[in-house]
Amino acid sequence: MAVKTSVKDNDIKFEEALDRLEEIIGRLQEGHLSLDESLSSFQEGIGLIKICQEKLDNAETKVSLLIKNNDGTTEEVPFQNESE
Amino acid sequence: MFIKVLTVSQITNYIKKMFEADPILRNISIKGEISNFKHHYSGHMYFTLKDDNARIKCVMFKSSCSNLKFMPEDGMNVIISGSISLYERDGQYQIYVNEMQPDGLGALFAAFEQLKKRLENEGLFDISHKVPIPKYPSRIGVVTSSTGAAVRDIINIISRRYPGISILIVPVLVQGSGASEEIAEAIRLLNIRNDVDVIIVGRGGGSIEELWAFNEEPTARAIYDSRIPVISAVGHETDFTISDFAADLRASTPSAAAELCVPDKKELVYRINACCNSLYSFMSGNIKNIKGTFNQYVNMIRSLNPGMDINRKRQYLDSLYLRAFSLIRHKLDLSREITKKHAANLEALNPLSIITRGYSVAYVSGTKEIIDSVTKVKTGDNIKVLVSGGSLGCVVNNIMEGENNGRKNISKG
Repeated sequence: MAVKTSVKDNDIKFEEALDRLEEIIGRLQEGHLSLDESLSSFQEGIGLIKICQEKLDNAETKVSLLIKNNDGTTEEVPFQNESE
Repeated sequence: MFIKVLTVSQITNYIKKMFEADPILRNISIKGEISNFKHHYSGHMYFTLKDDNARIKCVMFKSSCSNLKFMPEDGMNVIISGSISLYERDGQYQIYVNEMQPDGLGALFAAFEQLKKRLENEGLFDISHKVPIPKYPSRIGVVTSSTGAAVRDIINIISRRYPGISILIVPVLVQGSGASEEIAEAIRLLNIRNDVDVIIVGRGGGSIEELWAFNEEPTARAIYDSRIPVISAVGHETDFTISDFAADLRASTPSAAAELCVPDKKELVYRINACCNSLYSFMSGNIKNIKGTFNQYVNMIRSLNPGMDINRKRQYLDSLYLRAFSLIRHKLDLSREITKKHAANLEALNPLSIITRGYSVAYVSGTKEIIDSVTKVKTGDNIKVLVSGGSLGCVVNNIMEGENNGRKNISKG
């Protein structure tokens, strides 16, 4: 399983990042934030956008096969798309 | 000739041994229609298997019945396998049934309905048990044949729609004997892991017999028991299997399942770009607002400045002064105008203005008395004659009474 070893950003899941991003935009939309809060929300939003874009940039689908060994254990191997 | 006389038991026993000695009769498969079906309280099943011309009695003991995947009924066409022997008590030969399968589509459908009803009553299809499919899975488990179009389609569609995701395939038999158990085992294997977010279980299209593994109880139970959400994707749009009812979501085909389980990356990119634009425009809008409000406050404070007050009062004074000034000037102008007018009028009425026209006015010298008659003077008097440009000191030479416009002889004295 390939895992991207980037910064702590990778800890947040895409779904959470997107939710938080849309939440921030909603609050900015309401317009009740102080200047400080607006600025820090804006910065957080930009950061989240970066994270989401990074996650979306990963363009390689990984396909593996789960096979059972003789001793009953299982292991993953890369899947070769066999032709019919 | 001596013919041995046998007892009933003896001859029956002989016949029984004949049956049991025949290898064909020891293991035989027979198809026919069920009639006179009785399911004894003991658990054993008794029925007759018949066709147009003949019939055989059958018994299926409880131990064999437990393997049945459906409940036999009168009229059902089935294929049984078992052995033929003789039940001595009755003098009846009968089939001792080991296995029974539905024969033909009608029987299959009946079995399908039976299982579906039974599992439904148990609650395996309850909507309250179903869980939603995660919107953004990171790993998808696929239980299907490792060859064939289904797995290829699933991989292709997922790769196209959301590249970067991870797929784990657990290859299984998707038809035939043992397939249902393999499918169930595969689902269980995936459930042991903690990296799979959703499972697709299914296969490509086929006849009802070929899809049968997905109508069997082990498959249904494994799907129901799975804590990982399961999408059932069997056959074509019109195929409905028991797996479909037990799953958390039914997809009409494996391709449809692939579309259902991953979001469209293009759409996500679009949404995030829209978020980005919103963010920037809100920020600049907000900042404009804040600046605007700030400037308003600045103005308000300035206007509340006490210095402002004095300045205002000064300004007011100035304006009053200006007003007064202009009013007075206006009044002055007006008066000037009037005065001019009066002067002009006066001028017009000035008796002495006639002098400019050539007339002269005679005064008694040294007085302001105008000589307006010949009687006012006598010869030798000094008179002053006012003419345009000055006055003449004159002496009266002679006086002529009569014409008003008579000339006087005057000489300069």
